[in-house]
Amino acid sequence: MIWGVLQFPGSCDERDALHACRLARVEFGDQARLVWHEETDLSGLDGIVIPGGFSYGDYLRAGAIARFAPAMSAVADFAAAGGPVLGICNGFQVLCESGLLPGALLTNTGTRFICRQGELVVGEADSPFLSRFEPGEKISVPFKHESGRFYAPPELLARIEENSQVAFRYAPGQNPNGSLNDIAGVINEAGNVLGLMPHPEHAVEAFSGSTDGLRIFQGPTRAAGPVGVAA
Amino acid sequence: MITARVLIRPKEGILDAQGKAVERALPALGFEGIEHVRVGRIVELRAENADRLEELCEKLLANPLIEDYEIEIA
Repeated sequence: MIWGVLQFPGSCDERDALHACRLARVEFGDQARLVWHEETDLSGLDGIVIPGGFSYGDYLRAGAIARFAPAMSAVADFAAAGGPVLGICNGFQVLCESGLLPGALLTNTGTRFICRQGELVVGEADSPFLSRFEPGEKISVPFKHESGRFYAPPELLARIEENSQVAFRYAPGQNPNGSLNDIAGVINEAGNVLGLMPHPEHAVEAFSGSTDGLRIFQGPTRAAGPVGVAA
Repeated sequence: MITARVLIRPKEGILDAQGKAVERALPALGFEGIEHVRVGRIVELRAENADRLEELCEKLLANPLIEDYEIEIA
């Protein structure tokens, strides 16, 4: 796999994401490079990560401006071609604002920025990103955000549940932000786009207390040929 | 040129965490009997005309899933 990790002005987790991409399948020599927000050529890339942070200062709404970055049009084409796209935290917000994932992320119910280790339960969603997990399995990753309250209007929420698009839920009693149905992450209908608020890229080394996050990056494998398309 | 003011507020029925935080602070400051505080945004702008303001709101200034908006033209 050759991963591209987007970098917007204001991104701050892109280095950990690069590290996670390289470490995940080190035996296969996976590589990763940064993709500046003005780049539009994703050719040669097999997977995209949109990292956490505060793209463009998160002005207006988290992810609202990043959605219009030139690189995001290329990511939309990449996703439409079936390429795996992972949005973490701010990246999840960007994917929701872009319409590549359903729903929206609101300010945490408690209005506070939270930062702590927590547990997620793996959902039944069908996605390459989940291929190394069992549904119902518990994993431990950091929760680190201020606007992570997942919301979707009732009809949309019902559709997300019916289609088994929930990738991760906060473990019982651990919902840190008021997310509906304890939703921590969702996939698109095709399953190749995953967004989640918690941070798997910060849970890839034993010294940090958990390496569960690594398995998300181990899921996608290179397709028959590079799916990257030039915009 | 026209001057427009766009009011953006959380949709009814969605918990407005900011509004709630403000509301809870009021009694401590001696403001009693104030409820249903909601916090939104105002965007002021000048434009050649109002033709695309609606589109601007739908695509960028507001997220129609969670926010309502009103355009006032001065």
